[in-house]
Amino acid sequence: MSTLTAPAGVLDVALQSAETTQFRAQDWFAVLRQQGWHTFQSLPMPTRDDEKWRFSDARSLSLAGYAPAPEPTEALAAALIARSHFVARPAALVVHVDGHCVLRPALSPELTAQGVRFETLTDALRHHPALLQEHLLKHSAGLGGAKFLALHQAWLKAGYVLFVPKGVEIRQPFVSVNWTSTDGVAVFPHALIIAGENAVVSIQDYHLGATPDARALAISACDIHAGTGAKVSRLAVQGWGNRTQSFQVDNTCGGRDALITSVNAAVGSRRARLENTVRIDGPGADVRLYGISVATGEQEFDQRTLQIHTAGQAKSDLLFKNALLGKSRTIFSGLIKVAPDAQRTDAYQTNRNLLLSPDAEADSLPGLEIEANDVKCSHGATTGQVDENELFYLRARGIPLEVAQELLAQGFLEEVIAKVEDEEGAEALRGMLSAKFHQA
Amino acid sequence: MAEIDENLAQREAIEVDRSKGDFKYEESYAFDAGIGLSPSVVDYISQVKAEEPWIREFRQKALKIFEGLPMPTHWATTDLDNIKFENIRYYLAKGQKAVRTWEEVPDDVKKTFERLGIPESERKFLAGVEAQFDSEAVYSRMKEELEKLGVIFCGPTEGLRDHPEIFRKWFGKVIPAGDNKFAALNSAVFSGGSFIYIPKGVKVAQPLQAYFRINAENFGQFERTLIIADEGSEVTYMEGCTAPKFETATLHSAVVELVALKGAKIQYVTVQNWSANVFNLVTKRGVAEEGAEVRWIDCNIGSRLTMKYPGVVLRGKGARGEVLSIALANDGQHQDTGAKMIHAADDTTSNIIAKSISVGSGRSTYRGLVHIPKTLKNCRNNTECDALLINEHSRTDTYPAISVRGQKNSVQHEASVSKVSAEQIFYMMQRGLSEGEAMSLAVNGFVNDLVKEFPMEYSVELKRLIELQMEGSVG
Repeated sequence: MSTLTAPAGVLDVALQSAETTQFRAQDWFAVLRQQGWHTFQSLPMPTRDDEKWRFSDARSLSLAGYAPAPEPTEALAAALIARSHFVARPAALVVHVDGHCVLRPALSPELTAQGVRFETLTDALRHHPALLQEHLLKHSAGLGGAKFLALHQAWLKAGYVLFVPKGVEIRQPFVSVNWTSTDGVAVFPHALIIAGENAVVSIQDYHLGATPDARALAISACDIHAGTGAKVSRLAVQGWGNRTQSFQVDNTCGGRDALITSVNAAVGSRRARLENTVRIDGPGADVRLYGISVATGEQEFDQRTLQIHTAGQAKSDLLFKNALLGKSRTIFSGLIKVAPDAQRTDAYQTNRNLLLSPDAEADSLPGLEIEANDVKCSHGATTGQVDENELFYLRARGIPLEVAQELLAQGFLEEVIAKVEDEEGAEALRGMLSAKFHQA
Repeated sequence: MAEIDENLAQREAIEVDRSKGDFKYEESYAFDAGIGLSPSVVDYISQVKAEEPWIREFRQKALKIFEGLPMPTHWATTDLDNIKFENIRYYLAKGQKAVRTWEEVPDDVKKTFERLGIPESERKFLAGVEAQFDSEAVYSRMKEELEKLGVIFCGPTEGLRDHPEIFRKWFGKVIPAGDNKFAALNSAVFSGGSFIYIPKGVKVAQPLQAYFRINAENFGQFERTLIIADEGSEVTYMEGCTAPKFETATLHSAVVELVALKGAKIQYVTVQNWSANVFNLVTKRGVAEEGAEVRWIDCNIGSRLTMKYPGVVLRGKGARGEVLSIALANDGQHQDTGAKMIHAADDTTSNIIAKSISVGSGRSTYRGLVHIPKTLKNCRNNTECDALLINEHSRTDTYPAISVRGQKNSVQHEASVSKVSAEQIFYMMQRGLSEGEAMSLAVNGFVNDLVKEFPMEYSVELKRLIELQMEGSVG
């Protein structure tokens, strides 16, 4: 840190403390924020030599020059709320702009009566402190992003909490949209999802940039707790503005017989890092992790995943697909860990990269650490171009090269889009991915 | 086949107790570098070998690099911290031979030799009774033939002294001293190994083996090998042996450099079976020029910890690199092996097939690197790694790193982990095999397609060796 100028913005201790004092009423939460700050201060910035940052451009990481932004004007808020209706009839919708809630979620009386809770983090702090104290930020960032998660914790305020009690099944998706708008803004959106025994719930998280050229820092986190037999599906779209540095730390734990599906899509940011950890703690659990991205320009998408099997007789399956254009780069680093007693585990991991430009670079680090012997585990990684024969077939029918390439690339991506259960969500995703081909 | 089966049935499990039959050293020697590492030790080694000043400088520079580099424990196992560099004897000069009589060799070792079918004449050498294997009688005819072809086959000291015009150009170029900590260590204290030159167009029919050479330090602690295959030539080199090698030295750190010039083919076969107290940290890399082929066939069965990732730098158009690797990790062992393929020219292809077997508490690790930079086109890589876990707490890890840019390049990587299926074992036991025999057969089946690639005599020994290792692993 420079000694000439005092750290400003999100690195300013006075600013952070001042915000923390707002939470004097929730003492434990203020302490949590303080702990986050101390952890952040004590951890070094990652370097290129750090194995968990292998292939990442760690040297260019910088947290200086970002600050919380003031509340948006009513006109801007209204305009962005209008752009947030990806799903016509969601179970509920919550919208944040620059870290300020501009649309509070309104639950139907039926869902409220069933005990479902969908509130902003600050509301939930007042209404359900015990629930939050039990579940909030209970996981550590084990994939290299501990310093960033600590900063998230230090500035934790924006976000939502979704609680679905035992046996409640909700088909309509819950939707959260986070926008950045102001130049130089830092946002720290949080999502906490707790699904009780046999509960069924689906969530869509959109992280978007309202002003494409605005600089921004986004450090988001999502914790999913899926109880016995719960079915949770989540679509997370990272579509921040193209001058954003974003870090996303997701943690999911699945209990016995839980079925968890997550789709992580990436289209935005200058550099985006996703750390997705799944812990499988109960037998019979089935976790499916999907990733999809279209990287253009000089974007760097850094995807780190960890599938931990602590309980036996469970299943996890991962598929990450990246299409690369321009001078973009994707890094996929995945690890399957099977604990010594997790016998009869089925775990798979596949990464497929499609290079659509000679200057793009795809790095793959698919890893396995297996300590039980009665398992079925495999991983596969491929990187290649569009198939020449398929291209020839399309061109022979008069389709121009660019269009043919795009069609084939979209076909390549469709496998993952198809995993999004909600048709409207899938369509929104399809649109955002397709737009990338045209701006490239 | 029937004979082997009969032997199997008759003999009980041979457990090799590596603590028995250790070497004994006499205390006073004319050439003793002492214990520990310092610039004077390095000077001493250089002086004993009567080396030219540039080699001494090379060694001293390497020592500085070694001292400056940290242990690679940020990615590698922390077991490396158990190496005590200050307790190691870095140079055993001529005359400093191990003294042991054939009678002192433990019976189980003798039995192992017998079961592996090691020729009588080689057994004494392998058991450490004779420090050098007197191969004059057995292999002299082959040696004459090689000389007629113009093949140079000598040690590093002789190579750099007698043929500097050939070897100096490439020495330390494929693997510079600063490549990694252990390559630096080797560069500082190397002695023993093979320097080979195959002239243009010469195709050596018989595999070359280190123990053809007479009165040389064959299996050194810090051996240094450099093989140059000139344009259009072909050679196969075999290192090590299937029989367990009994060692007092706990650290082995070799450097092997291969240079395949235009259209040349080099095949390098290793069977590593060091005793279970040995740290085996080896750097192996080949350069393949236009249309050339470098092929590593690597089998690791012994040692406490092996870290070895043979690599090929595909420097010429159309070059081809291949690594075939088998690793077997038994109780207390960690086989950390893999392969590196650095594509540096268009139309290059590489292939990696690695199979590992973890028995008992053994741990096997695959680490791979495939690199295709952006200026290249039409490069292809195929990687397959399969792991077999035998017992409940056997462990396997896979850590490949693949980096691809450029046009029309494609890579595919696949890995799987499995155990021997209960159905297979049941089927074989139904037909009268014991569980152990069935397991052994299944494991041999798992590696069979790779074992086939080994030269005939090696593959037979390897099969028996795997059978040996599998005994007592089940039931």
